[in-house]
Amino acid sequence: MTAVGWLQITVFALALLLITKPLGIFLWHVMEGKPQFLSKILGPVEQLTYKLFGVDAQEEMNWLRYGQALLAFSCVSTLFTYAILRIQGLLPFNPMHFSMADAPSWSTQVTPDLAFNTAMSFATNTNWQAYSGESTMSYLSQMLGLAFHNWISAAVGFAVAAVLIRGFSRQNTAGLGNFWADISRFSLYVLFPAGILYSLFLVWQGVPQSFDAYKVATTLEGVSQWIPLGPIASQEWIKMLGINGGGFLNANSSHPFENPTPLTNFVQMVSIFALPAALTYTFGKSVGDTRQGWVLLSVMLILCLAGTALCYSAEAIGNPNFDRLGVETSSKVLGDSGGNQEGKELRFGLANSALFADVTTAASCGAVNSMHDSFTPVSGLVLLLNMQLGEIIFGGVGSGLYGMLIYAVLTVFIAGLMVGRTPEYLCKKIEKKEVKLAMLFLLVSAFSILALTAISTCCDLPAKGFLNPQGAPWNNINNSGPHGLSEILYAFSSATGNNGSAFAGISVNTPFYNTLLAVAMFAGRFLMIIPVLVMAGSLASKKLVPATSGTFPTNTWLFVVLLTGVILIVGALTFFPVLTLGPIVEQFLMHEGRLF
Amino acid sequence: MNELDIITPKKQSRPLFDPPIVKRAIGDAFKKLHPMHLAKNPVMFVVAVGSFITTILLVKNACTGISSAKLLFEFQVTLWLWFTVLFANFAEAMAEGRGKAQADNLKKGRKETTARRELNGNVEVVPATALKKDDVVIVSAGEVIPSDGEVIEGVATVNESAITGESAPVIRESGGDRSAVTGGTTVLSDWLRIRITVDPGQTFLDRMISLVEGAQRQKTPNEIALDILLAGLTIIFLLAVVTLLPFSIYSVRAGGGEVADPFQLIALLVCLIPTTIGGLLSAIGIAGMDRVLQHNVLAMSGKAVEAAGDVDTLLLDKTGTITLGNRQAVEFVPLGGISAQELADAAQLSSLSDETPEGRSVVVLAKEYGLRERSISEGEIEFIPFSAQTRMSGVNVNAREIRKGASEAIFKYLTGRGLAIPSELSKIVTTIAQAGGTPLAVADNQRGALGVIHLKDVVKGGMKDRFVQLRSMGIRTVMITGDNPLTAAAIASEAGVDDYLAEATPETKMKLIRQEQEGGRLVAMTGDGTNDAPALAAADVGVAMNSGTQAAKEAGNMIDLDSNPTKLIEVVEIGKQLLMTRGALTTFSIANDVAKYFAILPSMFGTLYALSPGAQGPLWHLNIMRLPSPESAILGAVIFNALIIIVLIPLALKGISYKPMTAQALLSRNLLIYGVGGLIVPFPGIWIFAQLLVVLGLAPSN
Repeated sequence: MTAVGWLQITVFALALLLITKPLGIFLWHVMEGKPQFLSKILGPVEQLTYKLFGVDAQEEMNWLRYGQALLAFSCVSTLFTYAILRIQGLLPFNPMHFSMADAPSWSTQVTPDLAFNTAMSFATNTNWQAYSGESTMSYLSQMLGLAFHNWISAAVGFAVAAVLIRGFSRQNTAGLGNFWADISRFSLYVLFPAGILYSLFLVWQGVPQSFDAYKVATTLEGVSQWIPLGPIASQEWIKMLGINGGGFLNANSSHPFENPTPLTNFVQMVSIFALPAALTYTFGKSVGDTRQGWVLLSVMLILCLAGTALCYSAEAIGNPNFDRLGVETSSKVLGDSGGNQEGKELRFGLANSALFADVTTAASCGAVNSMHDSFTPVSGLVLLLNMQLGEIIFGGVGSGLYGMLIYAVLTVFIAGLMVGRTPEYLCKKIEKKEVKLAMLFLLVSAFSILALTAISTCCDLPAKGFLNPQGAPWNNINNSGPHGLSEILYAFSSATGNNGSAFAGISVNTPFYNTLLAVAMFAGRFLMIIPVLVMAGSLASKKLVPATSGTFPTNTWLFVVLLTGVILIVGALTFFPVLTLGPIVEQFLMHEGRLF
Repeated sequence: MNELDIITPKKQSRPLFDPPIVKRAIGDAFKKLHPMHLAKNPVMFVVAVGSFITTILLVKNACTGISSAKLLFEFQVTLWLWFTVLFANFAEAMAEGRGKAQADNLKKGRKETTARRELNGNVEVVPATALKKDDVVIVSAGEVIPSDGEVIEGVATVNESAITGESAPVIRESGGDRSAVTGGTTVLSDWLRIRITVDPGQTFLDRMISLVEGAQRQKTPNEIALDILLAGLTIIFLLAVVTLLPFSIYSVRAGGGEVADPFQLIALLVCLIPTTIGGLLSAIGIAGMDRVLQHNVLAMSGKAVEAAGDVDTLLLDKTGTITLGNRQAVEFVPLGGISAQELADAAQLSSLSDETPEGRSVVVLAKEYGLRERSISEGEIEFIPFSAQTRMSGVNVNAREIRKGASEAIFKYLTGRGLAIPSELSKIVTTIAQAGGTPLAVADNQRGALGVIHLKDVVKGGMKDRFVQLRSMGIRTVMITGDNPLTAAAIASEAGVDDYLAEATPETKMKLIRQEQEGGRLVAMTGDGTNDAPALAAADVGVAMNSGTQAAKEAGNMIDLDSNPTKLIEVVEIGKQLLMTRGALTTFSIANDVAKYFAILPSMFGTLYALSPGAQGPLWHLNIMRLPSPESAILGAVIFNALIIIVLIPLALKGISYKPMTAQALLSRNLLIYGVGGLIVPFPGIWIFAQLLVVLGLAPSN
């Protein structure tokens, strides 16, 4: 660990705090459909869009209507992406002839299960990739099939958060806003201008934006090598800002074409957290007490920084076995001396790798700038837990906020009784229905991660079979012992949390994993959105109870501590047993000199 | 009638662990093992199913023959799992026990009463149980009123101690607010003609028996919500534990060791699911109802008690709640030229025969001016009682006439006698009225006006502090009074209530309730008259006075048997205490889990990835409590988990200590005790049990 490393982490946190309020205010205007500085220019486009699709943007939808619109929209867009991926060989912008008769020998076929898995992955804002972008996807698939989904799935997440916010801020109403207006406004006023500026910035820093075919280069060793190109910048920005994480290239943000400079690395990390952080402020402003928003942000930041600190120190301490063997591990990148450099991009060093890894898993991004598989077991534990908590530490666009709010509701219910009143959160009584929905939300997540991982560790399949040619699903892992368990667990945690990063070390492009992981992604997205929408409907129909000195206070440091405690106890205790058999035992074994 | 004097909770403060109740509760704990009963409580149902499975496995293992050490461990796990269920049942039975004991007494006392029923002009003797609605009965002195009804003729004194525990007789008469009589009470003097108002089985006594018995107890909304939370947590932990089996099989395949066995898994499950709160939840609810009953308030449902905890606005009747009920003389204000002594003397003389509380207070106050009671021979003195015409009372001592009365009446008296009305008099009168007091002018026929007696509503001692406490809890108090706004404002400010409703009528009361409820606030009030019934029904918590009319009693959701309106505040406190107890034990229960993980997981997985078969593997490092052996660790956790239910029974029954303070302060305090405490306590607890087991030879030492 170095002072410079800690300084970078501190600067990152400060930058985040700095943008939270202005961006939060802007998002509030967008959410409420209030005029802001872009309305003059883009307002007519918004109206034109509504006219074009015959949408009445003023129509207030109840939770059911809203949910129907959301699911129908996501369903159609998923099928659209599935179709594009399946027929990419017939479509233009395919200079490398993927999925065509004369496709390169190193290319991967887009099988139905891979297309299904990928379509589901992008529709759910997960961006789990069972393929390598540069050897599988045509430019059109990348742009229209995938980047398009990165965009709209972020808008859908924002819409759900907006609905839950309205549930708290409105009273005696069934109206929760208009789905079409919400996604249109967010796309038009937030993503569109951000996309233009952000991709220009990336191009300036050296990210390619090209429709040319890949270049062939001859390396120093005299071997010829493909240099992949493509419209990378225009996909890179939404990958970060939309918290999608699906790289254009397999190496993701560790590749110089996706993440060329320290500056892009810093901006990418900040842009992962930007929208979820700002949404906490938007939320506070909507419920009329910005401290409520800062409380949620504090909890997120505390959990994130604690994870980063643990990760960074574990990586800096590194693997004791190297010292025992007398191997020199010190590299002088950014002053790092020693530590676990395996799988790290030396351009970024330990601090930025640990921070990026923690940020990308705490938010449901999943972009990576280092190999998570190569982190020390303790760091792996942090990354796993980040996802297993339900992607609430900043989380996805919108989904982080609504997940955190579900935990807040639960905290208020568990501890709120201690002040001798029926629990209230933000002047809304938390009753039977809310508790039921909050528990359902947690159950979906726990069930998807634990049950599907369990199936993959115990259900034997015939070798060379259709489902899994390797036979039993645990044969797909490259590492044995606890590390192998972590790999399977990571896959399902990542899919359920809609994170999309991979621990790697596991071959998941088989019908068995593609399907099961798609189920996990679906559950982690839509089965969790439904209880949120129902809860928003229930809350909006309730009266606002005036707050008194007898009301459970939720805008204080005490509540920050309480909420953090409940997240750790309820969330973490669920996964502690399985983590014991994964990273925890691996850490002990590492110290005994046994590696996997 | 002494045998009817049965429900007098104030007099018989039972100890918490009353031997007969404990004895009965132990029996009930076994009866409650019935699956139908267990199914009502998801958490304990899971424990029972777990115990059942381990029992079957235990029998199977005993038959197939495994090592005796292992069998001893498995036997103990099974035994303690059953104890966990039994302890929870016992807690519930204990909570029900007091009510049941009371109900038994009530039933015992409800002997076969007979009634004299009028039918077509004839009077026939029938059993009380045969009485139907609208039958008319005659009850004479010494007889027990056979059923609930309304007096249609007669006036009588009635001993209602059977219901209220209050031995002072009350008057019941036809018409007005004192016409309701209750079955089981006894007529002491005179006779009554009563029209029966209920059908058999629905009398107040019947309802009371079923209420104290808890037979009709339904889960309250909050309890249901908590049940859902606990069930949800149970499912999550079930998932976490069930999936451990494949994970442990995987790990054994990878690194050797022993697969987690069902006894360990079930022990882990039972320790993780919130058994503490799950086992005590219904006991807390029943005990809350019971505590209300100890205060001699009959709550018609647990929901009402719970709602009391949520109340935001208390509507309190001025008379009897905030003030002592009667005005009292607090000061003599003489006119210029008259000494206070003289005024006091005149006032006392005029009040000597005045038996009203006001009159007596004048005599008492005069004593402070050195005027002792004097003996006056009847001959020289003539008392003039208060009359509605003159609106004065007074005394004639020889030729001297002393009069006291409302200022207008005295003005009239003075004018009639041709005496001057000093301007000072009206000034004093106005000053007193503006301060919220009642001025009573005193004059005689010799010197004219003497001065004014200042009568004042006296605020009960300690009420002001009480209102401050209520305010800190976020509860607004509104004083309801028939007084004019001026008087009301003065008393309100003296008593320290937040608001007042002056010149209150049933309509304005109702309007106030609606207004508060529209603002999202919950309202509690007391009432007794028939015209209070709509407001009592509309209020979220309506406490009817037992002395009140039948209509009022039916409209409210609680009945105060002592007819003491101040009790509303206590009911609110009990409601809050009930919710706090639930919250505290839930937090405690969940916080407990951390320690149990550190006892059971290392024991379960201690052999995985061991360097040599049979040795301790790396996960035994997680045994941070340094428990002697895996068996002692698991048993220690299971025993702690079971016994903590017993340890917390007193807390569940009495409720956690309650002090009025702000929510923020309450939260910090309870969080420290039950949250942080819940995190820490199990560590030494489990350690002690584990060591004890080793010492007793019930678990291996390593």
